[in-house]
Amino acid sequence: MNNISARNKSEKRFQMYGKTAVLIAIGFLVILLFNIFSTGISAFKQTYIAVNLEIPADFDKKNINPRTELNKHFLKMFPEATTRTERRALLSLLSKGARYEFSELINQNKERSIQGYHWFLASADLDMYIKGTVKRQGDTAGRIDENQMFFIDKLLSKNLIELQANKYLLSSADSREPEMAGIRGAIIGSLYSILIAFLVSFPIAVMAAVYLEKIASKNKFSDLIETNINNLAAVPSIVFGLLGLAIFLNFFELPRSAPLVGGLTLALMTLPTIVIASRAAIKSVPPSIEEAAIGLGASKVQTIFGFTLPLAMPGILTGTIIGIAQAIGETAPLLMIGMVAFVVDVPGSPLDASTALPVQIYLWADSPERAFTERTSAAIMVLLGFLILLNLTAIYLRKKLEKKW
Amino acid sequence: MTENLKVSIRNLNVFYGKKQALFDVSLNIMEKEVTSLIGPSGCGKSTLLKCINRMNDLVEICNINGQILLDSVDINEVSQDPVLLRMKVGMVFQKPNPFPKSIYDNVAFGPRLHGMTKSKEDLDNIVIQSLSKSGLYEEVKDRLYEPGTGLSGGQQQRLCIARALAVNPQILLMDEPCSALDPIATAKIEDLIAELKQQYTIVIVTHSMQQAARVSDRTAYMHMGELIETGMTKTIFSNPQHEKTQDYITGRIG
Repeated sequence: MNNISARNKSEKRFQMYGKTAVLIAIGFLVILLFNIFSTGISAFKQTYIAVNLEIPADFDKKNINPRTELNKHFLKMFPEATTRTERRALLSLLSKGARYEFSELINQNKERSIQGYHWFLASADLDMYIKGTVKRQGDTAGRIDENQMFFIDKLLSKNLIELQANKYLLSSADSREPEMAGIRGAIIGSLYSILIAFLVSFPIAVMAAVYLEKIASKNKFSDLIETNINNLAAVPSIVFGLLGLAIFLNFFELPRSAPLVGGLTLALMTLPTIVIASRAAIKSVPPSIEEAAIGLGASKVQTIFGFTLPLAMPGILTGTIIGIAQAIGETAPLLMIGMVAFVVDVPGSPLDASTALPVQIYLWADSPERAFTERTSAAIMVLLGFLILLNLTAIYLRKKLEKKW
Repeated sequence: MTENLKVSIRNLNVFYGKKQALFDVSLNIMEKEVTSLIGPSGCGKSTLLKCINRMNDLVEICNINGQILLDSVDINEVSQDPVLLRMKVGMVFQKPNPFPKSIYDNVAFGPRLHGMTKSKEDLDNIVIQSLSKSGLYEEVKDRLYEPGTGLSGGQQQRLCIARALAVNPQILLMDEPCSALDPIATAKIEDLIAELKQQYTIVIVTHSMQQAARVSDRTAYMHMGELIETGMTKTIFSNPQHEKTQDYITGRIG
């Protein structure tokens, strides 16, 4: 009797250990997600200032300096700004991006008059104050001085400052001005890189796995290759970066910082993962199916392409997507091949200089400006979104291609 | 007697690496008869069966010497293509192994592979004929396009027989075809074997001596890689010449 109660107790204890472990893991995940979301969510909104414009239709819109013109209208709203310091303080509330928005507005209304309040991008300092990231202390707040605060209060009392959807975050590339910085360049760079990594590594890895598993004769040499592939999967990714640097940049002289090179380097890194997963998937195909095909007179190649590969495909694809998901979050090898550059253009082709999402996160996290902090978290949210999307694809493909036998 | 000799195995030795699996086996298989191979586990029955359609080629460490003559031609000669041989010598395996495809595609696989048909009608005919021969057509005619893996075990095995028959073989090798089936499905397969021997030469490996007695014309008893005794089934079971055979069929070994 005593024995049974001891056994039951130990069983309960073991269950409790398991539950505790799961709860701790979930706890960490919740903390991580909460931390990222609470910091990052504000980056999807941006502060805008309304400027009263009075531009008649017959105004010569070709030969104007958008900056001075916009400043002129903004100053006109505050006749009380008389000294040079005051005017400077007022104008500093607008972002450098405002002038581009203004010239775009002018271009859209070449023949028409422009009247009334229009919204223009505010500076990052004002944005931080409005979002509450920087707290007010008396008449200053962080980098905002008394003069600026005076005008901010005026604008706020007239409801001329507003938080609107952030147009820049998902539509532009990196910028020195946090309020104008976006991750589109990094997203496109990452997409090009993983597309190339997939196109290069998938066929090579699957063919290598088929050869090793089904065609190569088992001897010392094939054992050596097998051991080395398993070891390659454990090599630190920065070493693959060095390899990519040596081969693709120094030897083949491909363009530096390009997603093409990034993709090829990531392909090198992903190869062993896919080979190992594919071999396991091929091994798990029941030999009875292959025997049946061969017994009916199918050749080895017909059997492999007719049965072995299709039946192994769910496993191969799952392994591939895990490898690609690993590659999309990889920073170190991309640093080695120069994808860490400050790039303000969205890449138009895999040969253009570009960054990648994880590298962009690294760059922003390193930046001293407070306004980049929330953007770092926003970029992490987008990266996590991509990873979730990839994993869902893996689950979908596995369910769709799975066949029973 | 030599007139209807189909397969003649002469002094066959088979090695798996250093281990010898078959020792100097010689056996004649007659046309349109059922020959059963019996013996305890590991005695080399399946190895011998697989040699007849060169399935052992797939095993890398397998070495074969000796002759296997099919219609007086050595099947292991360099000029002989294993693919054509396997068209002539079909095989049914121990565990039903339908492809994860529809019933129709399972049967049509062989004819398609070898380009045996010119039109869809020809292929349809072959599929229907093969399924009829294996006695499955009436049961599945309404669901030809459903997966073959959805059938019961006995039906799956008959589907595998239909699949083997579809390439129009001369010989059918069966490796313990009923070992995974219940007695009713087994009875159906045994009836089928009796029907099929009108047209095909059949070699069957079985663990069940009753089955060997029921379905086969000739029986070969093997022990430890050696062929101990071969003869008409009735003679082997009623009056075995060799002591080991007697021990086996009376249940003293194996």
